[in-house]
Amino acid sequence: MLRYTLGRLASAIPVLFVVSLVSFAIIALVPGDMASEMAGPSATAEELQRLRVQLGLDKPILQRMLEWYGALLRGDLGESVLLRRSVTEAILERLPVTLGLTFLALFFSIIFGVLAGMVAAVRPNSWTDQGVMALALIGLSLPDFWLGLVFIWAFAVQLGWLPTGGYVPFGENPIGWLRSMAMPATALALTQMGLLARMTRASMLDVLRQDYVRTARAKGLPGWVVVFRHAGANVLVPIITVAGVSVGILLGGAVVIEQVFSLPGVGRLIIGAIQRRDYPVIQGGLLLTATIFVLVNLAVDLLYAAVDPRVRYGK
Amino acid sequence: MASEAVDGAAPRRVGVVARALGHRGVLIGLTLFGAIVLVALFADWIAPHDPVRNNFRYRLGAPNAIHWLGTDRFGRDILSRIIHGTRVSLRIGLMVVAATGIIGALLGALAGYFRAADGPIMRVMDGLMAFPGILLAVSLAAALGPSETNAAIALSVAYTPRTARIARAAVLVVREMEYVEAARALGAGHLHILARHILPNSLTPLVVQCTYIFALSILAEAVLSFIGVGPPPPTPSLGGVIADGRDYMLEAPWISLFPGLMIAITVLGLNLLGDGLRDVLDPRMKVEMR
Repeated sequence: MLRYTLGRLASAIPVLFVVSLVSFAIIALVPGDMASEMAGPSATAEELQRLRVQLGLDKPILQRMLEWYGALLRGDLGESVLLRRSVTEAILERLPVTLGLTFLALFFSIIFGVLAGMVAAVRPNSWTDQGVMALALIGLSLPDFWLGLVFIWAFAVQLGWLPTGGYVPFGENPIGWLRSMAMPATALALTQMGLLARMTRASMLDVLRQDYVRTARAKGLPGWVVVFRHAGANVLVPIITVAGVSVGILLGGAVVIEQVFSLPGVGRLIIGAIQRRDYPVIQGGLLLTATIFVLVNLAVDLLYAAVDPRVRYGK
Repeated sequence: MASEAVDGAAPRRVGVVARALGHRGVLIGLTLFGAIVLVALFADWIAPHDPVRNNFRYRLGAPNAIHWLGTDRFGRDILSRIIHGTRVSLRIGLMVVAATGIIGALLGALAGYFRAADGPIMRVMDGLMAFPGILLAVSLAAALGPSETNAAIALSVAYTPRTARIARAAVLVVREMEYVEAARALGAGHLHILARHILPNSLTPLVVQCTYIFALSILAEAVLSFIGVGPPPPTPSLGGVIADGRDYMLEAPWISLFPGLMIAITVLGLNLLGDGLRDVLDPRMKVEMR
């Protein structure tokens, strides 16, 4: 297990390097004069010059890159031009909102997705199966941010059950937090719910064909024991894998959903920065989200190596 | 749905096209998507009004006999904007599919065929895959500046790692086939083997993946336009129309509701088509490949 862990850790390093390189390059490659675009048309020559120095644009690109990496290793992502404060602080402050949204959505999609997939797989090609799978397909065809707007229209405007937006910190009022997160998390979760349902059904059908499942049935065990104990345990590995990938997709989706529901998370910070060309924030936001995703996948890989010895020794 | 592909276990060789057309999912998907393509192609004739013409007398008008799906805050006809927006979405989707298909196939083939190229190419792809695709695309599109082509470029960068991975996996299998060995024994060069033997036989999973990428691009293009880094106004794009209606959910919900339905129908058609093609072309492939 130690060897597998070290090997897996080592393989994350080149990925993180490429991630940092891309984050840097995206901004460095902006066509035109970044400073004048950020300062706007009314800026004076001195203001422009000051901004250039602040962004390091007066130095050659290689030097800028080395300095950026140097600061990065100290955990310093630079200074936001608009907020006039450290990017690292600004992001960390908003991270709990985004992570809360992402993981609540992940929780919803796993619970309902896996359950739907299992229900569908128990009687393949029945009406239930076809109905559940049709719903899953529709779910993963809907734009999540649009679904958020539909929810606002239906549940906040028409029915008045939930607030249209705004955020209540979990520490302040857990019920209020759940109320403010219910619609955004559900809208966000629906796509992944569909994917997980399809995935669970496919692996469940595979497992239900196995000899040991037939043996369990032949022993006269009740159907639900076979489905949950014998088959369920073996469906877990592919589900964990897919859930790891889902985290990345959900993180990306959260960025947009936060915008729809006015949640003060990293996504709103990044989109705000994009609309007002605050490049250090975009750079830092990209780098941090990708790093979180890489770490989550690392954790997932280690988790199922721990669960399933075949992974450790395979290949 | 996998069962339909195996149906009859025909001893005769039935053409792939015939088999595909006999598949329920392919048929429904093709019909839905085909209808949308027709709408996009003939947008100028079908759209009842000019999609960018303001008409302040009919601001935020509810659906009626003249404006079937209502009007937005400038009095522009929503139905016409949706019809023209579909054209923009499909054009971007097509560009992304072409770029990711070709570049992904090339990168995947190089990585799968030449051992030395495998490490560097795939590490870069892994790095790109580490970003949430939509976030990478939004940032890139913002950096490049809002335009239709830049949106397509941004989405292509975000989705090429998918096609490259799939092409590589297919090439790794095909590379070990006996006919490749035979070609090599006959003295064929690398280029000849890649172009004539390996690529043609690795295309199946790529075709399926491209259908899904088309669907993803349509969803992602809507996000780009919604955030304001897609094609600039007054170009009607589906995400842009949704964004236009965002502040009017109370008094004019139709502005945002209808374009979302159009996106959903398009994406549903493509997903059905992709699933069906996957069943027909290779029943063993699973859902995981998305």
